[in-house]
Amino acid sequence: MNAGTGKTVRVAASIVVSSLALACSMVAAGQGISLDGFAQSHVAGRTSRVDCPSGTACDFPATELRGQLKAEGRNASGDAAFLARLDLLRDAAVDDTRLVTRELFGDLTSEKASARLGRQVITWGVGDLLFINDTFPKDWVAFFTGQPMQYLKLGSDALKVNAFPGPANFELVIAGFRPDNTPTSRRFIFADPLPAGLQRRTQKPGNDSGEGEISGRVSGYLANWELAGYVSRTHYRNPAWRVTGGEIVGTYPRLNTIGASVTGPIGKGVVSLEAGYYDSPQDRGGRDPSVENSQFRGLVGYSRQLWEDATLGLQLYGEWMRDYAAYRDTVPAGFLLKDRLRKVATARFTQFFAHQTVTFNLFAFLGLSEKDRYVIPSLRYAFSDNLWAEIGANLFGGRRNGMFGSMQDNSNVYLTVRFAF
Amino acid sequence: MKPFQLVVLSLLAALATVSAPARAADPSGGEIVKRSLDAFYYAGNDMRSKVRMKLINPQGNVRERELTMLRINLGKTGDQRYYIYFHGPADVKGTSFLVWKYPGKESDRWIYVPALKLVKRIAADDKRSSFVGSDFTYEDVSGRNVEDETHTFVRKEDLGGRPTYIVESKPKTVIDYSRRLSWIDSERWLPLKEEYFDARNEPMRTFTADKVELTGKQWTIIARSMKNLQSGHRTEVVYQEVGYDVGLKPDIFTERYLRDAPGQWVR
Repeated sequence: MNAGTGKTVRVAASIVVSSLALACSMVAAGQGISLDGFAQSHVAGRTSRVDCPSGTACDFPATELRGQLKAEGRNASGDAAFLARLDLLRDAAVDDTRLVTRELFGDLTSEKASARLGRQVITWGVGDLLFINDTFPKDWVAFFTGQPMQYLKLGSDALKVNAFPGPANFELVIAGFRPDNTPTSRRFIFADPLPAGLQRRTQKPGNDSGEGEISGRVSGYLANWELAGYVSRTHYRNPAWRVTGGEIVGTYPRLNTIGASVTGPIGKGVVSLEAGYYDSPQDRGGRDPSVENSQFRGLVGYSRQLWEDATLGLQLYGEWMRDYAAYRDTVPAGFLLKDRLRKVATARFTQFFAHQTVTFNLFAFLGLSEKDRYVIPSLRYAFSDNLWAEIGANLFGGRRNGMFGSMQDNSNVYLTVRFAF
Repeated sequence: MKPFQLVVLSLLAALATVSAPARAADPSGGEIVKRSLDAFYYAGNDMRSKVRMKLINPQGNVRERELTMLRINLGKTGDQRYYIYFHGPADVKGTSFLVWKYPGKESDRWIYVPALKLVKRIAADDKRSSFVGSDFTYEDVSGRNVEDETHTFVRKEDLGGRPTYIVESKPKTVIDYSRRLSWIDSERWLPLKEEYFDARNEPMRTFTADKVELTGKQWTIIARSMKNLQSGHRTEVVYQEVGYDVGLKPDIFTERYLRDAPGQWVR
């Protein structure tokens, strides 16, 4: 089968599946099932003048048309429910059409406990776009190309059980491995220190061989302060690349984390604190340069209203690497040398205008130790309850060996238009 | 009728007439507003309602918000908790708010963003900010403190066939309005009209209670509107399915139900 017919089959299959889903939902609509969705167009164009290698989509890393259908329902007593959120996506940047299961889960609920099985988005922690105890999968490609924020989170295929015995909530998540969607040279330009011309492949952890993931969270209130503790046995979601036997193999090393967070009111604002320890069991001595060293992570944030409809949030974040000397001794030539303590500050300013139909938002990551930055301005206008458009930009800058600076040839402007129904 | 009885009756009638003004020593402005806030924001031990808002711009374009509002009063302290769940429009469906309100200090507020499964605490110094883009402020939705303003009884007046007290209230600190006139029903204690004036004493916003009904034992404003006289924008709100003392439990007003709407109450 050639590529053309393959694509046609995929498109046809997608349409059949989505029509079937639509039909089933329509039939069931009489029994308390609600249907919503949207159609969305999203385009991101690179602003840097650096030439784009041929055969890649880096001039327009996002050019897509997306239709989302969400069906949800619950039984009469309210103790069983389901949700399906499916995206049919025409991804013109890489000439692909696919059906994406964003969420698909069933719920059972009682007064003291609940369970959710299926693909589901889970968000933990108190950081704003900084993640410490939230080790669940993320889509950085969507984030760097200005997709609406909900696309930063990828669903986990998981069983989530909650228990509410009294003042504390317990949450247990057993999940299969799912990697982050990280930038590749298919849509982005960046320096690649790995040898060129070698075949690359990734080895994902198998779920049936004891490599599943388990995470737990306990949370509660102390007066009007919220406290939470987290623990997880999971994996790094970026591949650790290693050259072996004439090819480059990416694995996802084990990661264990433990941490805590607290938020509460101070003065006229809200303070957030979060800390965690990342244990990297496959590189406890820190001498394997392909695997991250163990590290401590921490953040403190404060947000408050400046004036009517305007809010400012500031965060200070740090990653402190253990066994730094071993890391420095073993990091291969050509790879950027990280600092022992990587510090990042963030600022978010949001202002609404015209009865909240216009939203201006500015988010900035400032690499204090790496001397780089990533600034995301955006302006959204809601034409009506159903239609909004947003223009924005992802502006990377600063030193090229910083995490954000290394992306600076990928600065882009984007436009999103969504019609919701 | 015997003359004696006539005399007694006349005396009684005279006594009644004489004593009437003395009996009706009008309450102070502060007392009126206090009773009004109790009737408007604290009726029953708990309350559930479906709320439909229409946000109408000067060109007549309409945006709609449909939500379920749950409220519980916690004892006699004046502490309250609110739970607000958005049914529509489609793009915000499933978004919910949680407010823990204290009479003497800033409220605690949380928002739940369903697409991200994210619970976020919101900086709460925004009681004069617009509630979801409407002409109502957060404070208009969940109530203000009687001590935040000084209140002066102005006069009595009939408004739309109802007896009212007119009270003038002035904020103790500088905020968006400089004074407010309230027409408060002197029997049911609900505000039937409020006029807000800006720093130049120009009329700014007008609140009107458009429909008042008895729900169980509680008089309830089931249709209300707020009009911005300077921009021409207005918001009309209808309360439906209002129920008091329906049996809400305090644990509904916690993160668990913010993430997962209580199906029994949110329909």
